[in-house]
Amino acid sequence: MAVKTYNAGVKEYRQTYWMPEYTPLDTDILACFKIVPQAGVDREEAAAAVAAESSTGTWTTVWTDLLTDLDYYKGRAYRIEDVPGDDTAFYAFIAYPIDLFEEGSVVNVFTSLVGNVFGFKAVRSLRLEDVRFPIAYVKTCGGPPHGIQVERDMLNKYGRALLGCTIKPKLGLSAKNYGRAVYECLRGGLDLTKDDENVNSQPFMRWRQRFDFVMEAIHKAERETGERKGHYLNVTAPTPEEMYKRAEYAKEIGAPIIMHDYITGGFCANTGLANWCRDNGILLHIHRAMHAVIDRNPHHGIHFRVLAKILRLSGGDHLHSGTVVGKLEGDRASTLGWIDLMRESFIKEDRSRGIFFDQDWGSMPGVFPVASGGIHVWHMPALVNIFGDDACLQFGGGTLGHPWGNAAGAAANRVALEACTQARNEGREVEKEGKDILLAAAKHSPELKVAMETWKEIKFEFDTVDKLDVAHR
Amino acid sequence: MSDMQDYTSRLSDPASRKFETFSYLPAMTTEQIKKQVEYIVKKGWNPAVEHTEPEYLMDNYWYMWKLPMFGETDVDRILAECEACRKANPNNHVRLVGYDNFTQSQGAAMVIFRGKTV
Repeated sequence: MAVKTYNAGVKEYRQTYWMPEYTPLDTDILACFKIVPQAGVDREEAAAAVAAESSTGTWTTVWTDLLTDLDYYKGRAYRIEDVPGDDTAFYAFIAYPIDLFEEGSVVNVFTSLVGNVFGFKAVRSLRLEDVRFPIAYVKTCGGPPHGIQVERDMLNKYGRALLGCTIKPKLGLSAKNYGRAVYECLRGGLDLTKDDENVNSQPFMRWRQRFDFVMEAIHKAERETGERKGHYLNVTAPTPEEMYKRAEYAKEIGAPIIMHDYITGGFCANTGLANWCRDNGILLHIHRAMHAVIDRNPHHGIHFRVLAKILRLSGGDHLHSGTVVGKLEGDRASTLGWIDLMRESFIKEDRSRGIFFDQDWGSMPGVFPVASGGIHVWHMPALVNIFGDDACLQFGGGTLGHPWGNAAGAAANRVALEACTQARNEGREVEKEGKDILLAAAKHSPELKVAMETWKEIKFEFDTVDKLDVAHR
Repeated sequence: MSDMQDYTSRLSDPASRKFETFSYLPAMTTEQIKKQVEYIVKKGWNPAVEHTEPEYLMDNYWYMWKLPMFGETDVDRILAECEACRKANPNNHVRLVGYDNFTQSQGAAMVIFRGKTV
């Protein structure tokens, strides 16, 4: 091994961290960053700086560098690409040796990859577009507590998407009135209802009473319909101790599924809760409050596909994915890309869907994508076509806003879902023939007929802010 | 309020019991059942028939009608087994399943003949 001598001072990053000749190892963690450098900083230097600051580097040389083999541990910027349709930015590809990261810790991975480097002066803005987790690292993570296949078996739901609803108003109901809203939804034909993310344990409704009343609603709806039901009891709490206390009580009263907000609650709490859920046979629904702060700006932050991968590693059986058709953000190809990242076992690089790397999950279970927000019966044909069966479709206002109430709203959605699924199985083009399929189904369902009249063919056609990078933009 | 309809589901009314996928639609016609069988075959899934007394519909394990029809792609033969199961168990729910051995799950599961609910 060549002997190095200590030279104090500032070196250009590229001398150490820009390695265009490097061939990434199968065990490397690979990252694609979109970088807008500061004026006067060229691409190679900016890419090398990001590699350095997200791995072993500091702004100046220190003598203790020579006590280790930094050439083994350093991140390596190995490729630079133009961003289609955007001259201000470029993509930098960086490879990190697996030994930089603690096993099974998405916390540690993020602390390096999206840590100090995001405030770094040499870059004007920085966005983590994608990360390839090597199978060697995937195998160190617990992943979803149960996954799609086990959840289907536990809930006895096959051959169609799951149907849910978030209880509204999101804040202010008493526990008993809240349980009433849950019961009405479930008896009307929904599989699952959901605590709103803001519902934790406020003065107007403490968690314990909510849990009790909701369980009575579930049990009665099950006896009444002969179908299995659930409600995502939100255990997101101010402290991990409190979170586990609520989770333990949910288990004690027989709740099949609980819920956590993985970004506001934190990745450490989430990974712990996912492990607890696996140990205790409780499904885990994951909400993503705060994600848009991080993933919406096309030039700065973390793309949602990375947040989705992080969640799959940290653990969750459901994750909100966006709907494509509703009022929320997300363009179709890109959404389909991260939906695949949630639920498939191997996803190939496909730039047309925003996927920068092959991703091999091995045997790690898949996560149900959850389509929720601003959707109603008229969206059902598109949702069935886009998401297929392995998804949870959640109609909040689209259930509770039915003129005859929650049970009728639930029944309308259930009939619409089953009619679209049946038609798809028969080989019909569900999106194209959606109107005919729904009208025919409404002949047997006055609830669906009224729902269709209430919402008519409302569409939400706002343009998306965060589009895929394409040349013709 | 007069044009608002009551939602008539009741604990005391056996007709309120549902049985998962497609149970909120009218019972399927023979032609419709055939199309679902074709779908299972086209997907490469293994068709199977099972049944239960309606009072035990929430059980995980219903009675298998013979073994799953591994590799069977003849739609009429599959339909004949469905019919035979119904004839032998006229009061029971009869369910058609498509076992997906890749996902180790059921790609399809639907009650095709509805029993006498209790």
